Amino acid sequence: MEVTIDAKGIYYRKLNDMILQAVGEGADKIVLENVNGQRYIATRIDKPVDIEIRGVPGNDLGAFMNGSTIIVRDNGQDAIGNTMNAGKIVVHGHAGDVLGYAMRGGKLFIKGDVGYRVGIHMKQYEDQVPVLIIGGTAGSFLGEYMAGGILILLGLNRKPDQPIAGDYLGTGMHGGVIYLRGEVDKTRLGKEVSVFDLDEEDNMKLDQFLREYCDDLGIDYEQVRKEKFVKLVPVSHRPYGNLYTKA
Amino acid sequence: MKSIALMHERSNGLGGGFAAYGIYPEYADHYAMHVFYDSLSHRLTAEEFINEHFDVDTSEMIHTRRVKTINNPPLIWRYFVQPKKTKIVSSGLTEEDYIVACVMKINSCYEGAYIFSSGKNMGAFKGVGYPEDIGEFYRLDEYKGYIWTAHGRFPTNTPGWWGGAHPFTLLDWSIVHNGEISSYDANRRFLEMFGYKCTLQTDTEVITYIFDYLMRKQGLSIDLTVATVAAPLWKEIDRMEEGQKETIKALRTVYSSLLVNGPFSIILGTRNGIVALNDRIKLRNMVAATKGDFLYVASEESGIREICPDPEKVWVPKGGEPVIGLLEGVNQII
Repeated sequence: MEVTIDAKGIYYRKLNDMILQAVGEGADKIVLENVNGQRYIATRIDKPVDIEIRGVPGNDLGAFMNGSTIIVRDNGQDAIGNTMNAGKIVVHGHAGDVLGYAMRGGKLFIKGDVGYRVGIHMKQYEDQVPVLIIGGTAGSFLGEYMAGGILILLGLNRKPDQPIAGDYLGTGMHGGVIYLRGEVDKTRLGKEVSVFDLDEEDNMKLDQFLREYCDDLGIDYEQVRKEKFVKLVPVSHRPYGNLYTKA
Repeated sequence: MKSIALMHERSNGLGGGFAAYGIYPEYADHYAMHVFYDSLSHRLTAEEFINEHFDVDTSEMIHTRRVKTINNPPLIWRYFVQPKKTKIVSSGLTEEDYIVACVMKINSCYEGAYIFSSGKNMGAFKGVGYPEDIGEFYRLDEYKGYIWTAHGRFPTNTPGWWGGAHPFTLLDWSIVHNGEISSYDANRRFLEMFGYKCTLQTDTEVITYIFDYLMRKQGLSIDLTVATVAAPLWKEIDRMEEGQKETIKALRTVYSSLLVNGPFSIILGTRNGIVALNDRIKLRNMVAATKGDFLYVASEESGIREICPDPEKVWVPKGGEPVIGLLEGVNQII
């Protein structure tokens, strides 16, 4: 059952109540029209549904989300997918800071640029592996303290002198992997990561996730794959293990 | 007001305010002093000073409207004044320095009196409450201006009182700020050497005085001022070309006490335009957009889209990278 909700001028708590009520009444697809700034959308839903958002959703979109799919037809704000556990969020525009914070599963696909501190402290456990893909460029502190998961940064449509990411890329990283399309300026890397070429397994993973990403966002996959990718992985699982004590 | 009301969650009712430029065209060459008084007797005492130092053209209570959520306001007074020429001459100060000295004098030596706005053809309106209620209280719908800034406060370290609400203004400068300045005391001590007295019990005040000091007193350009308050990290300086490297290093050396440390996202207003700026590592959010000859800046994109649903360009500025909007026909911010 599909339900459409006009969110214009509706306070975020009420809007989330309305979404919850619709789900309770059996809706499995919800279209939210005229969304502007309402926070925590889809946070409380406890079963997988499809949500399509028209407008700019507020901060903490899909926070703690567990299995739903959200498609945002416009730009996103900050803290999307905060501590998300499962499901998928696709944003057709750009998005703000601190996306996918401590994400532990599911997928977060952003078409455009993202702000600072994206993918901080993502983590994984057995088959729970979060995947965050950014089509544009990222600000500083991308993947800081990353403990697991897969972060892919494409840097599409950027100006020739524009770096793919800001400073402190992968600082404190101790798990997971970051794939970058193109070369990376080593002075921008955190001390805890090294750059490697991709192996066959990496390429298989990239193929799988990038095909899905390109399909979802209408991007030419072949074009994306034309350029070489590199990967960043941590040099140690415990980079600060001896910060206060001798080895 | 619609834009700041949408971001209601970002404040907690302990401070809201606005700065507006171009609102007093009929008094464009007068300084508009907005003053809070704790009581009538405080007003009478302070007015002795005001009458002694200024020719007061108009003196009036600022019109307000009763709003349920706005309680116990102070007496809020407005004066359109010209500084007394003979007094300026005998003080040996420039006209603007004379105004600044008078504002500092009232705010630091006259109990229960605070001048919270002192520019020409502009004014600050602020108080304790949510910004949308404060706007209602001051009847801002009755004013027309060419620049508006707005602020909702969520005080974490200092009291929520009428003088502590944003914007903080001096002459034509106004500042609204999201964040906290951990360098406040270092900044304050430096500014005190040049006659700036911090009396409003909150960190943001220093930012206003820093801009006044660096740009009006020292004549620094906006780019160099930005490079002082949000100085590039040493790592970035290493990447710069030789000439620029020397300039930025010199700024960091001479004005090291004016580096603003800690998270901030600010909008500076002047009669010529606005400058929006983040701290160097962007610890607070900020989005900018343009449509036609309008520039919008807000903490959240939704705050912009509420009043401009289809901007031509929307972008997220980088930390330390100013967004500058100038009026037509003007080529610098002061």
